[in-house]
Amino acid sequence: MRAMVYRGPYSVRVEDKPIPAIEHPNDAIVRVTLAAICGSDLHLYHGLLPDTRVGHTFGHEFVGVVEAVGPSVERLSVGDRVMVPFNISCGSCWFCARGLLSNCHNVNPNATAVGGIYGYSHTTGGYDGGQAEYVRVPFADVGPVPIPDWMHDEDAVLLTDAAATGYFGAQLGEIAEGDTVVVLGAGPVGLIAAQSSWLMGAGRVLVVDHIAERLAKAATMAHAETLDHDTVDDVVLELKRQTDFLGADVVIDAVGAEADGNLTQQLAGAKLKLQGGSATALNWAIDGVRKGGTVSVVGAYGPIPNAVKFGDALNKGLTLRMNQTPVKRQWPRMFEHVRNGHLTPRAMVTHRFPLEEIPEAYHVFSAKLDGCIKPLVVPGPA
Amino acid sequence: MTDDQIPSAYVRDKRTPAPSREELRARIPGWGVDLDPADRPSSPKLQYAPDSTGAHWDFPERQPGWEGRERSVEHAFVTPVFGTAQPLHGVSGAIRGYAYRRFSEARLAHWLLLVVGDRVDAGGAHLRSLVSRRPDVPATGLRSEVTAGGLSSRSGRSDRRHHVVDPLVAAGPWAAVAGAVTLGGRVLWRELSRRHR
Repeated sequence: MRAMVYRGPYSVRVEDKPIPAIEHPNDAIVRVTLAAICGSDLHLYHGLLPDTRVGHTFGHEFVGVVEAVGPSVERLSVGDRVMVPFNISCGSCWFCARGLLSNCHNVNPNATAVGGIYGYSHTTGGYDGGQAEYVRVPFADVGPVPIPDWMHDEDAVLLTDAAATGYFGAQLGEIAEGDTVVVLGAGPVGLIAAQSSWLMGAGRVLVVDHIAERLAKAATMAHAETLDHDTVDDVVLELKRQTDFLGADVVIDAVGAEADGNLTQQLAGAKLKLQGGSATALNWAIDGVRKGGTVSVVGAYGPIPNAVKFGDALNKGLTLRMNQTPVKRQWPRMFEHVRNGHLTPRAMVTHRFPLEEIPEAYHVFSAKLDGCIKPLVVPGPA
Repeated sequence: MTDDQIPSAYVRDKRTPAPSREELRARIPGWGVDLDPADRPSSPKLQYAPDSTGAHWDFPERQPGWEGRERSVEHAFVTPVFGTAQPLHGVSGAIRGYAYRRFSEARLAHWLLLVVGDRVDAGGAHLRSLVSRRPDVPATGLRSEVTAGGLSSRSGRSDRRHHVVDPLVAAGPWAAVAGAVTLGGRVLWRELSRRHR
């Protein structure tokens, strides 16, 4: 089969690989019909996440058709069209039993501090991902579900991570009616977080970024006020001014490890990999939220320590909430919201690349060329 | 500053109340449909419902082939299911294996050794590719700089100054290795020539 493979930092290509096999009785093999590149794939692409091995196939956002199932699979059949959460979960460990499906203890031998994720290095279990023609899906009775007939495939693929993470990010913010919510980052996660904040009763939603087309999308798709951080000298001060010196009730970090906005953090984190990513957005969140407020972190960071202003978080009495998204837990309610038009994931899709052009897709998305907000990857002939 | 100009942060309530429910519902599709915090999918954080996950086992059957596979020392054993992509091999495998055996995830050395393993892995792959029919290049996908408007897309953006560093970050190690190989080759050549004189 054809599959994207990692060759080293800034270097990916498409190669022939063997079609994955059933390795456990509850495995399924899925033929991928649509995949996406996630902002967090860029951390791997830039060599930011430890134990990213040459030959690894990335991709944790994908939908497809069940091609084969193991002998213990009861809930899926060959031919089913399925959407697959980015988390790999056993459904039976201490954590899964309590709904922490992103923190499963039975699927990642390489680390206890993170669960299993498709195509996201060996730090998350060493599973090849879905930017390929086929993918192995462990615990087929726990993760994947058939795509509802009414759902567009592009909505389905975005619900496997980006959209679910935006919605989860708003929940972590513990938004109360009338709250002022600031969303840092107008990428796919931030845009859905902004939409979701309204559903939870926000009185005001302000999205911060510096890419004009992304801010425009935040205004039209998420009905949000926008702030271009390139136009102000000090983002935190501007947020204080715009909130009558109170600070926001809730700030959502939807940026993570590659944040722009501070050259030192960018160089030390994203470029030279001296810390687990650039913590600029996280520090803006801590300093921009009001005392006693809540910071929600859904931007991804690596396991290496970061330069974070923890003292400010303590002194301000903040609630910091974060996790990888337990995707499947979000789905029943999110399906309603998508069907009712309250959440519109596929409105963010700007680019569709054939699998054979995935090196270009990675570069376009990474450098944010051509107004790229969300690129999809379509397996099959170029 | 008069009393009514004192900002919200210094008085009891916000000076500008949020718009009314009716106003927000008229403007924002779906405003407030998840208003009740207790009725949001992730509430409560710990929601004990083991029968709802789809698992029909108490502990999953163990995937074969776990013997000898690397694991975090914070795990009691290799988990019952695991990825089998890209097993450890060669020098990078030895470095990574040592990181897993010797240091827990709490130790910075664990992660830094894994990063060293990554760079050795990538460096070796790049070198081997140079004698293959498909040599690696320092960065891929650069055709899109032309086809997707590399210059115009970045116009007016502050991250241009960060992007300037990218060629150095991507190609710097290649240049350093090429320099070291050239220098080492020269020294070796001189030494061999001197001995044969």
